[in-house]
Amino acid sequence: MSETVTTQTASNRLPAIDFKTLGPAIALLLLCIIGFSLNPAFVSEGNLTNLLTRSAFIGIIAVGATFVITAGGIDLSVGSMAAVIAGVMIIIMNNAVGSFGTGIATVLIGCGCSIILGIGAGWINGFLTTKGKIEAFIVTLGTMGIYRSLVTYFADGGTLSLDFGIRTTYRPVYYDSFFGLPIPVWVFIVVAIAGWILLNRTAFGRYCTAIGSNEAVAKYSAIKVDRIKTWTYVIQGLCVALATIIYVPRLGSASSSTGVLWELEAIAAVIIGGTVLKGGYGRIGGTILGALILTTIGNILNFTDMISNYLNGTMQGLIIIVAVWLQRGEWGRRRNSKS
Amino acid sequence: MPESPFSNAPVLAAERVSKSFGNVPVLFSVSFDIWPGEVHALIGENGAGKSTLMKILSGFHPATSGTIRLDGVVVELPPDGLAEALGIVLIHQELNLAEQMTVEENIFLGRELSQNGFLNRSEMAERVRAMLAEVGLDLSPHTRIADLSIAQKQMVEIVKAMSRNARVLIMDEPTAVLTEAETELFFKQVRRLKDRGTAIIFVSHKLHEVSEIADRVTILRDGQWIATKPTGEFTLDTMAQMMVGRELSDFYPPMNEADFDAEVVLKVRDFATKSVRDISFDLRKGEVLGFSGLIGSGRTDLFEAICGLQERIAGSVSLFGSDVNFKSVDQARDAGIVYLTKDRKEKGLLVEQGMGPNLTLLALPKFTHHFMLDGASELRALQRGIRRFDIRTRDPNIRVSQMSGGNQQKLLLAKVMEADPKIVIIDEPTRGIDVGTKQQIYHFIAALAAEGMSVVVISSEMPEIIGICHRVFVMRSGRITGELTGNAISENEIVRFAAGLNEERANV
Repeated sequence: MSETVTTQTASNRLPAIDFKTLGPAIALLLLCIIGFSLNPAFVSEGNLTNLLTRSAFIGIIAVGATFVITAGGIDLSVGSMAAVIAGVMIIIMNNAVGSFGTGIATVLIGCGCSIILGIGAGWINGFLTTKGKIEAFIVTLGTMGIYRSLVTYFADGGTLSLDFGIRTTYRPVYYDSFFGLPIPVWVFIVVAIAGWILLNRTAFGRYCTAIGSNEAVAKYSAIKVDRIKTWTYVIQGLCVALATIIYVPRLGSASSSTGVLWELEAIAAVIIGGTVLKGGYGRIGGTILGALILTTIGNILNFTDMISNYLNGTMQGLIIIVAVWLQRGEWGRRRNSKS
Repeated sequence: MPESPFSNAPVLAAERVSKSFGNVPVLFSVSFDIWPGEVHALIGENGAGKSTLMKILSGFHPATSGTIRLDGVVVELPPDGLAEALGIVLIHQELNLAEQMTVEENIFLGRELSQNGFLNRSEMAERVRAMLAEVGLDLSPHTRIADLSIAQKQMVEIVKAMSRNARVLIMDEPTAVLTEAETELFFKQVRRLKDRGTAIIFVSHKLHEVSEIADRVTILRDGQWIATKPTGEFTLDTMAQMMVGRELSDFYPPMNEADFDAEVVLKVRDFATKSVRDISFDLRKGEVLGFSGLIGSGRTDLFEAICGLQERIAGSVSLFGSDVNFKSVDQARDAGIVYLTKDRKEKGLLVEQGMGPNLTLLALPKFTHHFMLDGASELRALQRGIRRFDIRTRDPNIRVSQMSGGNQQKLLLAKVMEADPKIVIIDEPTRGIDVGTKQQIYHFIAALAAEGMSVVVISSEMPEIIGICHRVFVMRSGRITGELTGNAISENEIVRFAAGLNEERANV
């Protein structure tokens, strides 16, 4: 009797687990097949590297967002944060040209500032949510508005442009390749691996999951809840800074429209990847697939006339809703209860 | 049969009702009735079946067998609180008010008065004002619930029940969270309701309150009906005796001789938090020290404060001879003292995770090596914990939410032990678990003490306190009212201290 029960449970649970982990991968594969059947040029080397490079910005930010969301928080400010960091970076580098010239030193100063700003901005979000005891949604909604208006103010309503000399020095960070892969893709890979190890193989990652599952249990289990939560926002800020560093050389400018809606794309990538929005379960691998899926949709729409490119947001929105609906497992449970 | 000026039949009666949850019987053929204008107290230990009986009388649980009569007619009460329409209202211990809405909005919630599709707010406010005046509650109908004291919230619940024309009001420990002054005010309202002919079923652990307010008392023990008599025929002592009266068997492990010369490992002096005061006690090596008392008497707050989970206001704590003041759980853990919560699912275990992450969570630094988690040693810990505490699951990857309460409690015990504590505080060690596992837990506790660990057991179940503790402190309203040692530990004495009857004699 008990043996039958065991096998039954196992066979019921196996497909559910498979779907949860493999779902985003299957979705991405389907998208690639659709892309290829619409236009074989989809799988050309040029298009694939382009696709990966485009994914890198959202992907890197989404790795940070995975930590925030796994620990039960949310960060809406990342898009504005990227814009203001890009703006300040450009101003600092332009001003540094006088003393340090247009060489690598100036670029390094800019990158250093970017990292410091990202960490600082993340820490502010974390401090206000933990010590200030304000909901993360409200705090980051507030900082989102602040950062967005700051970049507009710095640019005086227009565009901040990087000095032409530095642009030449900085350009390879976005456009050059290393072992056949563009540098942004390498950064993405490194961030993804580091994020995966941090979330899955360290006490910090375990603590994030515990806090997101149940903050009271975490507190009673000797976890410094406020400190860990603040660290997730700092990691998020650091990821935004890294994404900005590889984004600035692409256009060499920043304006009030830089990074608009990145926060939503990042959160969408995290959720499509299987991380639970209310926290307690996070998957870095899924997040990376999520970022690739979002970019691939836009890319496919570029390749076909069937659906207008202007409907990119519609397709992304549909994918997000369907992904979350599938993860809720409603259909799976119904099927199980019938059998 | 009691005389009633309102009716010649009980308004609500249960006849030989029994109830089982699955295969576990919790109520055995209990009869109970209540007359209009009567206050009927229902008393018994935790687990005696009071809540179950109340829920059957208010339709929240169907009885497994037996009948319910309303005004002498056999009825089947509708579930989910729909019995309110019949005039039977259950007021839960955790009040059921929308905190962010006003008194008026709460009282009319779900049956708002409207006119031409718009809310008739002035009419509702007027009616609420009249109702509040009637019960003598000096409140504006526009006050938000969140701004009220607990006693006032309780009164609002009662007004809400009255506005629904409640004929039978069932209250689960309404005075547990009230101060004495608030209780007096509350009793005044109860007497008014009684004069209006409302039947009131009142559950309480506070025996002197029962004797003050109730007309009749029914005593339950282990799901059995023991007695129903007019209050005048009981003394506080006979009530306490009839509530407990049971022999202890070898259900409990043999107790090691208490060594009164053993080293004092924890010394607490004049300790106070926002809810406890004047607490002083010593804990010795290898001792099992019990803390008894009613729910809400401050036992949990006391030990949470000692372990850095709540704020200390005054007093000192000395651990192994050095003064400590923990600000967080990790400091307490590193010093060798851990607290095992009574709230298994909300504060103890991550119910959506498997056993492994739960087991090692408290002592996770022990399982890291160069910042990396040591999966192999976590797995060894899990196998060790499963063996040592006899955790029985079909599938080692099972989620905690799918485990039985007993296995969850064993896992929680194993989790706490991973921190290698020298002192462990176990709050309600056997809440909501079956008898067999209870016995195992008692033996684990005895074994830990025999190994030289000091154990504090906080429990509201008197038999287990008596069965496993060398020494017992009884708390009441945030203070220690008595200390009992060895043969002096008896249910009678504990109940007397917990109910405040022995207050003058307590000089601890």
